[in-house]
Amino acid sequence: MKVRFTGKFYMRLSLVLAILLWLIIMLIDFLGNLADRSQVDLGIAPYLPTLFLNLFYIFVLIYYRYRVTKVESANFVDLLWRVFATGLVTVVISLIIMLFNNEIGGTTLAENPFLQSAFYNINKVLISVFLISTFTVWKKLILYQRSRRLVLSWRIFEATLLISIFFNLTGLVLQDSLIFEIVFGVMAIMAIILSANLKWVAYLNFKQKWKSVLLILLITIYIFYFLNFLYIAPDNSPDVFNPITELFVIVLFVFLLFYSLFSLLVILFNLPTSSVFERKMEEAINFQRLSQSIQQGENEDEIFDVLLTSSMNAVYADAGWIEIHMPNGELKVISNHIGREHINRIKENIISAKSRQIIKNPLSVDPDTDRVLVNLRRSSYKTAFVVPLLIQNEVTGFMYLMNEVSDSFNKEMINIINTFASQASVSVENFRLMGEALLNERYKEELNIAKSVQQALLPKSLDHNDGFKIHAFTEAAAEVGGDYYDTYKLDEHRFAVVIGDVSGNGTSAAFHMSQMKGIFQSLVQLDLDPKTFLVDANNALSNCLERTSFITLTYFIIDTDKKTLEFARAGHCPTLYYDKKEKHAKYFENKGLGLGILRNETFANFIEVSKIKYKSDDILVLYTDGISEATNQENEEFGYDRMKTLLEQNSHYDPVMVQKVFISKLYEFCKETDLNDDYTMVVIKFN
Amino acid sequence: MIEIKKESENNYLVLSVEGEVDASSSIHLDKAIREAFDDGNKQILIDCTNLNYISSAGLGVFMSYIEEINQNAINFMLFGLTEKVLKVFGILGLDQLLNIKEDKEAAVAELNGV
Repeated sequence: MKVRFTGKFYMRLSLVLAILLWLIIMLIDFLGNLADRSQVDLGIAPYLPTLFLNLFYIFVLIYYRYRVTKVESANFVDLLWRVFATGLVTVVISLIIMLFNNEIGGTTLAENPFLQSAFYNINKVLISVFLISTFTVWKKLILYQRSRRLVLSWRIFEATLLISIFFNLTGLVLQDSLIFEIVFGVMAIMAIILSANLKWVAYLNFKQKWKSVLLILLITIYIFYFLNFLYIAPDNSPDVFNPITELFVIVLFVFLLFYSLFSLLVILFNLPTSSVFERKMEEAINFQRLSQSIQQGENEDEIFDVLLTSSMNAVYADAGWIEIHMPNGELKVISNHIGREHINRIKENIISAKSRQIIKNPLSVDPDTDRVLVNLRRSSYKTAFVVPLLIQNEVTGFMYLMNEVSDSFNKEMINIINTFASQASVSVENFRLMGEALLNERYKEELNIAKSVQQALLPKSLDHNDGFKIHAFTEAAAEVGGDYYDTYKLDEHRFAVVIGDVSGNGTSAAFHMSQMKGIFQSLVQLDLDPKTFLVDANNALSNCLERTSFITLTYFIIDTDKKTLEFARAGHCPTLYYDKKEKHAKYFENKGLGLGILRNETFANFIEVSKIKYKSDDILVLYTDGISEATNQENEEFGYDRMKTLLEQNSHYDPVMVQKVFISKLYEFCKETDLNDDYTMVVIKFN
Repeated sequence: MIEIKKESENNYLVLSVEGEVDASSSIHLDKAIREAFDDGNKQILIDCTNLNYISSAGLGVFMSYIEEINQNAINFMLFGLTEKVLKVFGILGLDQLLNIKEDKEAAVAELNGV
């Protein structure tokens, strides 16, 4: 079996050893008596039983050390109750033995040395168990609120006490030995000094104090009883005391007795003030309640409720109310022990009262925030205390506290109210800030929804056939952006491709982009030529866009049968085109005008349609100005020349790779500069 | 950042636009042009010599006055555009709708009917 050296293990071990030792002591006594009777020398050294007894004490000490562990202010009474119970059992057993002794008094049985010594031993063990358990509890109480000095002095005392267990081996008797007397005196003084540590008493409430008084009183009686039992000489003896040989036991008695008496007195004297202490505790708890940030689902009323009730409790107010202007302009009144109609009458009274005292707000110079103490006449209330409530440094309400007794608000009370009021303000501010944060969170969520909706507006797969490969990439600066691209299959070998950019960015751009999507998807079905498409799109947009917005667009029709590319540009960035045969890239800079700029039929005059024949491995790069106008830290633009060279150098790649090279070069170019525009790229490579 | 200076010379008004016109600063540009129009100026020159950058929002401001310029027969001219800015106007096609001159002399010369 694996033995684990836990507290429980030590506790059990010491219990077993203590019982064993006790049995040995009994046995030795028994044998001693037997030997006496037959006048045989037992050959046991006289110090041996004493040593066993000392070891017994030590094991009991160890046992209780592990037995009585955690002390909380709530279980002081429990601890005392345990001591009391142990004491009760011990006293009852000891009384039974005494009664039995009295009963058999005069008979030969009473004279029986075996019985006598057995009884004596049982009593002694019980007493020592009671003393040691009480000692351990008293120790816990003393060390409840510990300082370094206290712990040190306690350790010294405890160590001395441990050593004193073995003092009895000297065979000295208190009554005869000066050394014994001196040592005892010193230790007794130490015990008395330590007994002054009674801070735990302060943590008891009124009811607990009463219980403690009762329990300690009984414990004290037990201690006296045992003291009497052990040390007061029988009536027929000439001495007052029995010879005292055990320093440990007598010091223990002194310590327990003094500590019990001191606690008793201190608790008794503390009884009248405990209600004040409890009230202070309650104020602290109320303060905490006020300062705790309000849980979700609760509201500001909760804070004002706590403020009003705790303030009223703190100053023993008979009535009170809070008026507060809510952010929505509504006036909220929370009252306690007073009705609405009464409030208005008293308010008039307060305003007209002549006897008023202004108390400066320590936290503000603004005279509006000063508190007012008013003495009222001709009213059931004699004093009123008016506290302005500040939220974000603005007086948004008042708290009125009323008292039926005149001059009933003292300085302490006013201070407490000040703290309560300012704490409540902080809580309300926090509550409002939290509300705003939640709202922001919701907006963010809405934006995320917008983002996913917008992403759904961009095509997931791009229409194409074996005649060309196509790949697209887009990235928005904000959650949503204004870049747009789309494709449409006009017939088996004809495809429409579009790229666009809405002026501005962010949400407004995103809305216009979705309009553009609608217009594209409707018009493209009509299979219009590029110019008509743009003119119709311009007409449609003229009625949708606000005056300062426009959309740039390039519309392409790819015919894979005839290998032609037909396109018109509505103010969009010129398309980059790589001519494989000439190994050269160029921009299609045909005439054009952005959609929505000219909102009449003259728009058509500004649109030029181009048509080219493409060859195998020619590349078409569509992009938005987010790419061409991207700037680095030196305020240099990524620019058309760079893009042109880049395409020429990477023309052997497929569209996906071309896009990746472009974007990685773009990131490299911009380095740390933030993305401040949306950028989109569509790459088409003809087969 | 944008700075707009207003200067009345002889029979025309010069608005010098300096810095960068982006989404937020375009509001100031719009306000300045709006005031010039509302004050009844018939000859307005926009000095773009120190205009480094113009975003689509800035272009939108110029765009929104095209109709008003034509309807009220206002002489509205831009001059001194940097190559970069001019290119932005050109791509969008605004150069076809707005009167853009190389420099102030050219603009004033046209005003004076030379």
